[in-house]
Amino acid sequence: MSGGLHKPGPHESAHLHVTGSAKYVADDPGPHGTLFVLPVPSPIARGRITHMELGAALKVDGVHSVLSVDDIPGDNIWGPILHNEPLLADGFVHYMGQAIAIVIAETEQSARRGVAAVELQFEEASPIIGIENAIAANAYHTEPHVIERGDLDAAFDSAALIIEGIVETPAQDHFYLETQAALAIPEENGAYTIRSSTQHPTEIQKVVAAALGIGAHHVVCEVPRLGGGFGGKESQASPYAAYAALAAAHTGRPCRSWLHRGQDMAWTGKRHPFRTEYKAAFDGDGMILGVLARLFSDGGWSLDLSGPVLDRALFHVDSSYFIPAIRVEGRVCATNVPSNTAFRGFGGPQGMFVIEEILNRAADAMGVDSTALRCSNFYGPAPRDTAPYGQVIEANRLPQLVPQLMKDANYDERKRAIEQFNRSEQHVKRGIGFQPVKFGISFTASLLNQAGALVHVYTDGTVQINHGGTEMGQGLHTKMIAVAADTLGVELGAVRLMTTATDKVPNTSATAASSGSDLNGAAVQSACLTIVERLRPIAAQLMGNDTDSDAVTFHDGHAWLGDQSIPFSTVATTAWAKQISLSSTGYYATPGIGYDPSIGRGRPFFYYAFGGAISEVEINGLTGEYRVRRVDILHDVGNPLAPSIDVGQVEGGFVQGMGWLTCEDVLYSPDGRLLTHGPSTYKIPAAGDTPLDLNVSLLRDADNPLVIGGSKAVGEPPFMLAISVVSALRDAIRGFGDGEWIVELDMPATPESVLRAVEHQRTGVTGLKGRR
Amino acid sequence: MDHSIILNGNQVKVGDVSPTMTLLEWLRQTGFTGTKEGCAEGDCGACTVGLLDEGPDGPTWRAVCSCILLVPQAFGRQLVTVEGLATGETLHPAQQAMVDKLGSQCGYCTPGFVMSLFEATYRSDLDSDWKKDDQICGNLCRCTGYRPIREALYQIAGSQPVDRFSDCLNTELAIPPVDYRRGEQRYVRPEKWRDLWDAMGDDPVRFVSGATDLGLDVTQRFKTFPLLVDLGLLPGMREINPIDGGWRIGAGVLLSDLEAWSELHSESLGKMLRFFASRQIKNRATVGGNLCNASPIGDLPPVMLALNAVAVIRSEAGERRHAFSPTDSAPGFWTAYRRTVLRDGEVLAAVEIPDLHPKTYATTYKVSKRRELDISAVSSAFALRLDESGTVADIRLAFGGMAATPARALRTESILRHQTLSQSTIERAIEALGDDFSPIDDHRGTAWYRATVAANLLRGFFEEAQGQVSVTLPDRPTGTIFAETN
Repeated sequence: MSGGLHKPGPHESAHLHVTGSAKYVADDPGPHGTLFVLPVPSPIARGRITHMELGAALKVDGVHSVLSVDDIPGDNIWGPILHNEPLLADGFVHYMGQAIAIVIAETEQSARRGVAAVELQFEEASPIIGIENAIAANAYHTEPHVIERGDLDAAFDSAALIIEGIVETPAQDHFYLETQAALAIPEENGAYTIRSSTQHPTEIQKVVAAALGIGAHHVVCEVPRLGGGFGGKESQASPYAAYAALAAAHTGRPCRSWLHRGQDMAWTGKRHPFRTEYKAAFDGDGMILGVLARLFSDGGWSLDLSGPVLDRALFHVDSSYFIPAIRVEGRVCATNVPSNTAFRGFGGPQGMFVIEEILNRAADAMGVDSTALRCSNFYGPAPRDTAPYGQVIEANRLPQLVPQLMKDANYDERKRAIEQFNRSEQHVKRGIGFQPVKFGISFTASLLNQAGALVHVYTDGTVQINHGGTEMGQGLHTKMIAVAADTLGVELGAVRLMTTATDKVPNTSATAASSGSDLNGAAVQSACLTIVERLRPIAAQLMGNDTDSDAVTFHDGHAWLGDQSIPFSTVATTAWAKQISLSSTGYYATPGIGYDPSIGRGRPFFYYAFGGAISEVEINGLTGEYRVRRVDILHDVGNPLAPSIDVGQVEGGFVQGMGWLTCEDVLYSPDGRLLTHGPSTYKIPAAGDTPLDLNVSLLRDADNPLVIGGSKAVGEPPFMLAISVVSALRDAIRGFGDGEWIVELDMPATPESVLRAVEHQRTGVTGLKGRR
Repeated sequence: MDHSIILNGNQVKVGDVSPTMTLLEWLRQTGFTGTKEGCAEGDCGACTVGLLDEGPDGPTWRAVCSCILLVPQAFGRQLVTVEGLATGETLHPAQQAMVDKLGSQCGYCTPGFVMSLFEATYRSDLDSDWKKDDQICGNLCRCTGYRPIREALYQIAGSQPVDRFSDCLNTELAIPPVDYRRGEQRYVRPEKWRDLWDAMGDDPVRFVSGATDLGLDVTQRFKTFPLLVDLGLLPGMREINPIDGGWRIGAGVLLSDLEAWSELHSESLGKMLRFFASRQIKNRATVGGNLCNASPIGDLPPVMLALNAVAVIRSEAGERRHAFSPTDSAPGFWTAYRRTVLRDGEVLAAVEIPDLHPKTYATTYKVSKRRELDISAVSSAFALRLDESGTVADIRLAFGGMAATPARALRTESILRHQTLSQSTIERAIEALGDDFSPIDDHRGTAWYRATVAANLLRGFFEEAQGQVSVTLPDRPTGTIFAETN
């Protein structure tokens, strides 16, 4: 095999990254004469615009024009699912930072001055901030979505232990290093080229076409690469591309929009905070009998992707555990903050956290190790093999994975050593925690599970591939090059991956839901196979055997028949000479999935990805500070398409998940102002937060026959492994008390939150709070 | 004079730019887009570039944040960006290590990491893991989780290749004075005190050294300045000299140089500097800047208070001295929120730190939401001396983050002074902390947290001071008490 499939190796753009020559949309100043576009943000979180005077902005040096909703030639309304979000405010504002107008200027500085000059007056309304206030105000975006099975009343009636309470998980800013950016270039005949840092080029194309009132065929969206996405550029790149396009249409000049960090953080949505009321029943052996959970997510001001995010949360309340009787009910709250959106895990982490909190508290109440409690409640053979929504958990890897992980991590011995340590230390305690992951793979809106590709072979044997996915660091392009090279039997260097563009591969789904390489890989492979099928007879003929063309294989840059071989370039040239097309599209759609939300039943997922993590922490009981001493991860990526890329996804996902639950603290003021709008106040993990000892292994012999190359999706599942850190923290916190109290640890587990929990263990006093 | 920058070995004339344009903005406008903007507040490191600077032992490459460095500050200076590292197709070791270890995913933070690794390549003092980690704590990556980047760093740190960058270290560095005026703004970098006094006219003057705080006024608050006077070239500002009974530390001493010095001369100061900003910031920020900024959450002020340091203040009329701590006859150096005793026309020239009594136990603790590159919720510096009989002969307890200024816990101290250090005395003292301070709630911590941590730090300090717990300074320490007890 000449390709890099299943082999370790660097990211395809690594050389470009380290030399600064990788191009991002944010780096692109645009052609000569490009103007800068900046939205005029609402200074209040909720109210009616009573006065808007744009004229003063026009007087500012360098300001070209100012556009309001009245200047939009097409549709002001967009939305990734519901069509209900105004690009520019139409009389009302619903969150602080909402775009009211756009200022178009020669430079960013002039644009900023223009924005400052716009005069606005409002009739302010009282904003709804936070889930509790939304519930109190009966403010929702959706009706409840319910999944249920079994006899919950009987479960509670027969319970030996009932755990009930409320659990909250926090917001999280994506903090992609490249902020939102777009460039719109007017072309001939009223067409536009849009370059956008987006995970969803087709959506950009649609939103821009609708806003300009032109056909989609007049808009091409190109995506060179993203400086990080994580879900934050799935839907929310769209308005910034639309602003650039509206400005380009108005001025006839290229226009770019790009946000500073503070603007990006203040104006774009985050991971949905969730608040869940739960009640769970256990029998005397610690087996879960039933779970009742009402999940409320903070959708922000508009629906955006909140519906499917909530659905995925509901789908993952079971985590890796069989819950015989269950009712989960979810509802999206409407508040006056930026619309919360997709973020790695897409509700899965929030849903899983509910049952993990329940298990942690139950373990405290029973006085048992939470790891043992988790393992005893795993899905198992029938009848313990069916998810609450009716899908059978096929090819469950946890029975193979978890014992291996426990052994690799030396769990039992370390658990004992930690107990010993905690008995001898007063101010410092250690703890250990385990987290299994079972994550459903597929867009839960089943129709989105499709992808296209376009592959060209040139007569010299070199290849260009196009596919619908975007590269945002996850290594999708690296994998796609390997798939094409492997299928065509050429060297990696003979394959060039072209900029993602909607004129090459149309009608794409977002690169999201961890699905990028599953879907696009199958499409690329299908296109390559079409060409291979055309080339086989030619190659056979060239080797003097035209009856045995099915036996022709392609590898090492040659076509082979037995011992005979002929260069791929010769085959390609000959095909051309014989007037055979060397270009093909490819297409793939995931078969056999579907889900009916009205009955809460179906097969939403093509398969599941599995993993497990064991984390050990050490807490300073005087300050609540802590460090993660060691993490062992064993993760199931099937037969990895690019193992070193996948290890990077696992590690990066874990640390990002840790950030969500530990140091990242999104804070809004009561009037809806984001207080943590830069890295000076919003702390994502830094190098020193990475576990001192981080051991990541990929599960061996885990071929997944359902997916290209036997692989599995890897983008999101490792994120949730980080919940192990919370269980470890709780274990360590418990060390400060005498076992009388269930650990009360609020997320994110900042040092302050940990210290509150420690003080509670020491004193039994809860509510040691100032602000929250 | 010639307003040019030596960029990647080429002299580049700077056009007509505002004196407060940032170096990052200029680089990107000039086409050097390899250097990225991730935050424009010096907190993510994506904009890191290499600056050839004077070090304690001659020229040295320093990684600095270009997003908060002003263009005229780079006049006459040698800079290297990520585009200038490779030689033809051959990558610089810092780049190659990042490729080999798979240190890049989306790649947007990568140039900044490469430049931090670049500095590490030529450093000779990276003799422990924590120092290596500190080299990259100012670079944020959202993709990798850092493990591969750390491995890349460990591979090249201190490898000191002989190449055109090491050649630069053997040259004489001549940083020229600057007087640059455009529009309503003027930037002056005098090399003589006389020129400094002469430059100060009717316009309100803002002194600048590393611009690590002033840069935020420019990028976050869009301020302009009629007259910026850079103190960096003035004689003596960057010197550390022994004086009778202590040390005189120039106000222009960079925190990274102070850190290296303190390793040999002041353990308590060194401990604070470990958790102080990032390498890039410490490579620009100065002692004087941190003290005169007068932030209640600055990290050096409590140390100055606990070490009984004195400010040396210079004006055209000469020098005067003012203790940082309040005395019976004078207020402390910090008079109110973000106010100091400095009068118009006065500059902090140096601080004098007396030698510690051999029996004094002094240490510092810093607590923040994130251990690295974060602003304190509470920072503290304590010094305690017990006499032969075990009574408190001398005590200084200083805190940041607890009041509108950095402050001593004077009531708490008075309860302890001349007392035997019994548990009941300690508990009474800790109770008195509540009289000394009424901390506030903000996004870094609640009042409850600050008060509780302050009390606990004191409790831990007394345990440490009495040798009840052996303090270790492991390779990756925390800012506080014995959180690593291997």
